[in-house]
Amino acid sequence: MSQDSRHVVIAGAGHAGGSAAAMLRQLGWQGAITLVGEEPIPPYQRPPLSKAWLKGEATTESLLLRPAHFYPDAGIDLRPGTRVTAIDRAAKAVTLSDGAALSYDFLILALGARARRLPLPGRDLGRVLELRTVADADQLKAVLHPDARLAVIGGGYIGLEAAASARALGAEVVVIERESRVLARVAGPILSNFFQDYHRGQGVAIETDAQVIELDAADGTVAGVRLGDGRVIPCDATLIGVGVVANEALARDAGLGCDNGIIVDLAARTDDPAIFAVGDCTNRPLPLYGRMARLESVPNALEQARQAASQICGKPPPAPEVPWFWSDQYDLRLQIAGLPFDATETVVRGDIPGAKFALFHLAADGTVRAVEAVNASTEFMGGRRIIARGKRLSRRRIEDMSVSMQELAA
Amino acid sequence: MPSITYVEHNGTEHVVEVPVGKSVMQGAVENNIPGIDADCGGECACATCHVYVDAAWLDKTGLPPVGSQEASMLSFAAVTQPDSRLSCQIKVTEALDGLVVRMPEGQH
Ligand SMILES: Cc1cc2nc3c(=O)[nH]c(=O)nc-3n(C[C@H](O)[C@H](O)[C@H](O)COP(=O)(O)OP(=O)(O)OC[C@H]3O[C@@H](n4cnc5c(N)ncnc54)[C@H](O)[C@@H]3O)c2cc1C
Ligand code: FES
Repeated sequence: MSQDSRHVVIAGAGHAGGSAAAMLRQLGWQGAITLVGEEPIPPYQRPPLSKAWLKGEATTESLLLRPAHFYPDAGIDLRPGTRVTAIDRAAKAVTLSDGAALSYDFLILALGARARRLPLPGRDLGRVLELRTVADADQLKAVLHPDARLAVIGGGYIGLEAAASARALGAEVVVIERESRVLARVAGPILSNFFQDYHRGQGVAIETDAQVIELDAADGTVAGVRLGDGRVIPCDATLIGVGVVANEALARDAGLGCDNGIIVDLAARTDDPAIFAVGDCTNRPLPLYGRMARLESVPNALEQARQAASQICGKPPPAPEVPWFWSDQYDLRLQIAGLPFDATETVVRGDIPGAKFALFHLAADGTVRAVEAVNASTEFMGGRRIIARGKRLSRRRIEDMSVSMQELAA
Repeated sequence: MPSITYVEHNGTEHVVEVPVGKSVMQGAVENNIPGIDADCGGECACATCHVYVDAAWLDKTGLPPVGSQEASMLSFAAVTQPDSRLSCQIKVTEALDGLVVRMPEGQH
């Protein structure tokens, strides 16, 4: 690997950054690769943090994207525990927190996102937690003993997954949601209601339309969540999961276009042709939907890592993918294909009370925009294909279980 | 350690040793073998770890049967064949020493 003197620097060693490094080698990149990451361990998967890891069913080894020896073996200079602090675009160089400077031919920003901080009185008390990193997950795990009382602020995927895992560990859980339903930002009302009912059936208390005023303390540790209606939810620990904010400051300071994420094209390029951005930190085009969006998912991180690596290696761009996502709670596997942009109608296929169904979200002309599938992987997989092809379907055929997914997707 | 042969769609062969207990998918990812993407990390949720199992192995004992979740996921994976499997669902055992899997043209 010595012929090529070019250098790719990757800032951020999470799912997107770690994968981009590996894909560059898969695509034959012969130059140097330096992977700079703020966290102390090699790139790892975050999805298990709220699931298997919390429940003690995963090991550090199983969490890592690739084993630690992979990086030296593949000629990737991994620098854990190190931040990229500035980009000098004119000099094509970055500065690191340890004082070093690295010049680059290509720079990939894979900075991820951080948990949104609420300006909430009591926010800095002990046992007020968030869940983004393995260090966060370990703090949460430490308080989740049987009969511990956990208050979860925010009924999004991470809050609900943590609630399910906490129940599995025997903790008592209250989920506090500002909107009138959980998953309000990311799912339709039918799915929200289903998850709400399911969690309640598992013993989770859910407070919707609830405004959190402040966190009450006892001896410097959180003891309760005070709501707008005067009630106090007593607790031993609080998990705040109210969404994430893109880490874009490094790019903005370098004059790159940002708008709720670093703006990139379909090759994951920023407005500087030597600088790419991938994963949760980007605002990206969605060709199937004719718009831009910031997505927070592993498949999105991997798709963009493939786009950047292909472009840098001079390979043809990968075909655009249908965005998708999954979440596991209790014995429920949720898989979502597509995004419900412009959807005007929702059609149910399957059995909601039996927890095996799919919700098809259609645009006014019958084009399928998104499929939310619960324990219905065939519908999810078929849905991906239908969405990719821009197919239109009628309510009657979707509802009719005697029409197979193969026929619907044909 | 069992040895597994991965054949890329373009014919390139990779022969690697994979510890017992890991999946065929992990063997590919940990050795950075192109052609197996494994987007979901082995949760049987993505179908991007799709392989064709060499015919000689199909009815050998040691190859776990296709589970119902795996079958659903395979139902619409790109370019499936009767010998299609999701490699994250095949745990490596001594009995699988010498297994040959081939990669489809694409995983997406
Ligand atoms: C608990 C949890 C559960 C999830 N579950 C799912 C799921 O089931 N399915 C799914 O699809 N997605 C899930 N996600 C989302 C998924 O994990 C993210 O979309 C994915 O991690 C994005 O990868 P990324 O590399 O863009 O960002 P990250 O994984 O956040 O990585 C960014 C890295 O860059 C580092 N960094 C930031 N700034 C700098 C700097 N200046 N210098 C050096 N390093 C820096 C950060 O410390 C971090 O390590 C989950 C997320 C969480 C937190
Ligand atoms: S790795 Fe996702 S289904 Fe096998």
